[in-house]
Formats: sequence, structure tokens, C-alpha cells
Amino acid sequence: MEGSRLVISLSPHIRDKDTTQKIMFTVVLALIPVWAAATYFFGFNSIRLVLLSSITAVAAEAVIMVIRRQPVTAVLDGSALVTGMLLGLSLPPSLPSWMAVLGAVVAIVVGKQVFGGLGSNPFNPALVGRAFLVASFSKAMTTWTAPFTDTVTAATPLINQNAVSYSELFFGTTAGSLGETSALAILLGGIFLFYRGVLDYRIPVGFLGSAAVLMFLFGEDPIFHLLSGSLLLGAVFMATDMVTTPITPKGRWIFGIGCGVILVLIRLWGSLPEGLTYSILLMNAATPLINRWTRPRIFGQGVKTHE
Amino acid sequence: MKTINFRGGVHPEYSKYITADLPVKVLPPPEIAIIPMVQHVGEAAEPLVKKGDQVKVGQIIGKICNTVCASVHSPVSGTVKAVEPRPTVNGHALLSVVIENDGLDAVIDMNPHPDPIQLSAAEIQKKIESAGIVGLGGAGFPAIVKINSAKDHKIDYLIINGSECEPYLTADHRVMAEYTSEVILGAKLLAKASGAEKIIIAVEENKPECIAKLTEAAGSSAIEVVKVVTKYPAGSEKQLIKAVCNREVPSNGLPYQVGVLVHNVGTAWAVAQACQKGRPLIERVVTVSGDIIKEPGNFLVRLGTPFKTVIQAAGGFTAEPAKVLAGGPMMGLAQYNLDVPVVKTVTGILAFSQKEVKQYDPMPCIKCGRCVEVCPAHLMPVRIELFAINGMWDEARDYGAMDCIECGCCTYICPSKRGLFHWIKLAKSKIAKV
Repeated sequence: MEGSRLVISLSPHIRDKDTTQKIMFTVVLALIPVWAAATYFFGFNSIRLVLLSSITAVAAEAVIMVIRRQPVTAVLDGSALVTGMLLGLSLPPSLPSWMAVLGAVVAIVVGKQVFGGLGSNPFNPALVGRAFLVASFSKAMTTWTAPFTDTVTAATPLINQNAVSYSELFFGTTAGSLGETSALAILLGGIFLFYRGVLDYRIPVGFLGSAAVLMFLFGEDPIFHLLSGSLLLGAVFMATDMVTTPITPKGRWIFGIGCGVILVLIRLWGSLPEGLTYSILLMNAATPLINRWTRPRIFGQGVKTHE
Repeated sequence: MKTINFRGGVHPEYSKYITADLPVKVLPPPEIAIIPMVQHVGEAAEPLVKKGDQVKVGQIIGKICNTVCASVHSPVSGTVKAVEPRPTVNGHALLSVVIENDGLDAVIDMNPHPDPIQLSAAEIQKKIESAGIVGLGGAGFPAIVKINSAKDHKIDYLIINGSECEPYLTADHRVMAEYTSEVILGAKLLAKASGAEKIIIAVEENKPECIAKLTEAAGSSAIEVVKVVTKYPAGSEKQLIKAVCNREVPSNGLPYQVGVLVHNVGTAWAVAQACQKGRPLIERVVTVSGDIIKEPGNFLVRLGTPFKTVIQAAGGFTAEPAKVLAGGPMMGLAQYNLDVPVVKTVTGILAFSQKEVKQYDPMPCIKCGRCVEVCPAHLMPVRIELFAINGMWDEARDYGAMDCIECGCCTYICPSKRGLFHWIKLAKSKIAKV
């Protein structure tokens, strides 16, 4: 009955069950259908690239943690695994293994750890890795193979617009980077994330909505543009990265819509066929500003008394 | 009946089922009563007794000595053993009157009134003041000060707060369910005392029993019972006013500025007791619960009863306690000493085993924005936390640290288990000192 061993702490004395680690592994779980579809369409290449990229990302994180004299167990938070998987799934199937490894190292070291690790990076690390690979190995990064083959190169739907039907785009039997071809698998993952409270609908809805509306206004086929390229993968899994996106609900709308606008500008008038990477990276850069602009009005501030 | 919602808030496991249906048990007066002179927000009352004095139940032993203060009465009859600082629930040792119960329960002449609704506003105010009534919802603001502050203002609504949103606690629930007619009477008396035009009783929708009983007891009178969403902190005063009346109390302001006063259901009950029976505030309903309480329940406890005694009345502990709280798990105060007495602001006593008392190592913030989403004061807790960690008090104030209502939702929801509220509270104390 004596109180000598009682714990004293400030309220609240109970916590929500969700943890950062659970959030990260929920994303990993949501990526499984995407990876499975990629493996179905592109076979061993999918397993090779995603595994290499993931293992490298986790290993690079562990090495940096040792150098920074931080507990190595931090890699267990799952964030490096998410980065590795996302990078791997954004690569073309025929990419040489060493490039995937290099991309993953750049993603973790330059994209994340130089800024201070988890939570401190301004840019989506997977997209930093991808942008590095596109800039360095533009040929390898834009050479795609047709599904169910290892060697036959093929143009992606965005380059050769008339070659594919909606159903092919939806199920994923088109050429493209590993995880981007199957809209179905991405939607499954996205619905799972939404259901688990990990995904804020504002970003994908703003992103896809603004892109579709703009494409329609410019006389393009909006459904084709939503389903092709890496737009869906990016809108569901990359633009919703919590660390690099605004923390206010209003800011998330602005972020999503901004991504859509930039994507359309690049797809229609840029020199690249796809604008996903840069649309998100540019909006990542604007995130601190958006957070500042969209400070919620504090309860009771700026209101008049009743008399 | 429409359910009224408000922005922000969280859904912790309520765990109210443990005690919600258990009738209030009356606890015998304690052998030794410890009566702190501060059981409320404001200045300490001035002791009127000294060692060796004889006192009776209901006798005033601490008098008001400041504008924000409440008188204190003896809950037992007996001999004053000491007037000295004793440990209290807030962690400080406060000047207390220690009374040894003589077991006679001799009561002072309480001056009851058969039909208190006939009393004038000034008479009701006098009774509320002399009964030492403070807000029984946990904050402990002297009721008479609240009424007086609104004197020169038109009060459209009196909200009687039955939104007991803290998990585990069912004291207000039982007050509404068992002392229904007294709550209604207290509400009418409070409305008369403060000149309020309309009475609204706001109850969380997870207490249908209370809603039904109150609606029935209100009958054809002008009292409206409304249903508030089951969400923490539905019982927070300013959030409740916004939800019920769609009026927003200005930052730093008080409810009367928007023509509203809010009193807890327990306070209404205490007002009815004071006016009808002439009984000062010397007891309150306390929920005793938690995973290691043998027989959880709701108890009518005389103020000044040590926690230890109340816990024993609930069957004691079934295992070694790791944490004992005064109040609920979201805003309650952790105790290190079980000799502290039950005071006017103690809504519950909760005891938890090691299994329930988790301590977390904070991880880096991943900017998930959940704290922003749940903050009922519409703050950005994550930003204030960062400013506080870096000692940037001006920026913390600029981001509204002083508007924090201390509900703890930010810390509760944080997936990285960061002590957001901890830092915001530090910022508040630093800013207040400047």
C-alpha cells in the first residue's frame, strides 16, 4: 500500500496504440500487392530490384547510424525499408543491379541522413534516389521492357498513347516501371492505407483531381492520364509521405493540387514524358512555406464578444 | 435528438463500463479528516480553527479571504489535531486542518429551506458562497466567482455540463442517474442566481440512461437536454459552448463574454443540497477504478478522507500499484503518496498495475499532423513543442501556447510517443513568468 514505487508523470497517462513503427510497416504491407503485381508482370526482375534496393537502403541506414553514434536499432522503425521498396518499385525492370544499389544509397544518405535522419528530410528520399538515377543514367532509366518478357523493350503508354486500352492500364499489362503499371494493385494498397488511417485522402484526391481536371481542360484524356505512368503510384504512396508533406489539413489540399498542376505542366510541355518525380519534389520544397501559410485559426482568436 | 459535434478530440478506450452501472455507495466519515485550505482555483481560505478546537459537521473552518476563493467546512465532528501543511493531490504540501473524528457525526444547524426555488437570486448566491461550492468537474473554479463575474452581463444560456469525457470516470454519470431531481433543481437555482434565460443540459451520447432520466425529470419546464458526441474532451468548457451554442469564447476570455455560463452536473447537485438542506460542500461522488482495484465503484466520500481509506473501501489493490491517479487518465494527477485527502476537485481515484503503465522513448517526429488534427484549441502542437525544446518562448507564444487547454490529446495521439503537452506546459509556465 505504500506509495514509494509509484510512477509520477505528467498527464495524459494513456496513449494511442498506433506507433511510428506500425505506420511504416503498414505502408510496407500496403506495398505488397503492388510488388506482387510487379512480380507477376515482370518476374525475377521485380524480386531482384526491390530486394536489392530495400536491403541496401536498410544497410545504408544502419551504417550511417553507426557513424552518427546513434542506436542501430533505429533501422527497425521501418522507414528505410519503405524508402527502399518505393525506390525499387519505381525502377524500370531491366535496370542493372548496381544502379539500384547506388540509387538506394543516395536515397538514404543524401536524401535522408545528411539532414538528420527520420523526420528531418525535406525531400522524399525515394524520389531523391530516383531523381539521381534519372539524371545520371537517363538511358537505363528510360528503357522499359514489355510485361512477361525479360528483354523485349517497349515504349510506355505515355510515349505511345494509342497502343493501350483502359483495361490494360487498370490491370497493369503495359510497359513501365515495376510498381506503376497496375492501377488495381495500387488502389488496393491505397484503400488499405486509408482504412488504417495512415493515408490522408486530401493529398491523393487533390493530386489526381487537379491533374484530371487540367488534362480535361487541355483536351487530353483524363482517365488515360490518371492510369498511365507513375501518377497513381506517386499520388498514393509518394506524395503522401508524412515527413515531407504539410501537417495542416488545408496545407495538404494545397500540396496535392500543386503536385497535380506541376505534373500536368511537365507531361504536356516538359521535355520529360513523366513529371511525377519533380512535381512531388518541388512541392516538398514548398512544404515549410505551406505550413506557415495554413496555420489554423486558433480557437477564440479574432472572435468578438457577444455584447 | 441530434448529436452535437465539435472539432478535434480523440477516442481513447472509455473503460466506463466497469463502474457506470454501479450505484453510489456511501462511505462512512474518516477517522482522521485532512482538510486543505485550497481545494479550488484561487487563494487559500483562512483557517478559523486552531489545535484543540471542537468542530461539528458542516461548520465553517476556512473563510474566504480574497475575491477568488471558496470557504471550507468540516466534514466530520471532532477535535482539531493540527493546522499544518500536509501533502495534497497537486504534489504540494498545503496548509490543512486535521480533524480527529469523534464518531458522533454531530451536525451544525443547517437551516434547510422547503422550497428553495422561492429564494431570491441574492439569497441563492449567498447560499452558494457560504456553502463553499466550487466546480466539481475537476477544475474547481469557485461557483460564486463565476456567477459574480457575469453580474453585469446578459446570460442567454446556462449549460449544465454532463459530458463526463474522461475515461473510467462515472461519478457525474451516477449523479445524473441517481440525483436527477437535485441536478434539475440545482440547474434552476443556478439559472436564477445568474439570471440565465435558458437551461441546457449537455450529456455525452454514451449515457442514454442519464439523458432519458434528465429529460423525464425536466418534464415540461424550459430545460433542454442535448446529446453531445462521445469524444474526449467533449466536457471542456469552451469546446462545449461552441458545440452547443455555436458561440466561441474569445482567447483569454471567459464564457460570460458570449452570454453563456457552464456548471458541472455535480456542481448543480451541490447547489441543490446547499439551498434545500443548507448543507455545505463536505462530500462528493468519487469513482474508484483501474485494473487493480478489487471492487471498483462509485462512492459518496466525505472530503478529507485519505485516498488509502477510499481504496480500502473499494476492496484494496489486487496487485502492486504502479500508478495512482487523482482524476481521469487524460488530465489526472499522478500521486506519490496515498495519504493525500479527497478534495473538492477529485473526480476519481484510479490505480493501475505495471502492465498498464507504459513508459515510452520518444522517436523523431514524422510530421504526421495528427496532433494538429486532434487539437480542440486548433493549435499546431508539434510547432510549439519544437519552439519549447529550443527555448524559443516568443515563437511558442505566437503559435498560441497560452491557448492550450491542457487536454493532452496531442501527446495521446502522437505515434512517435513524444511528450508534446509536456513541452507546451513548460512553454506556458515560461511565458507566464515573462
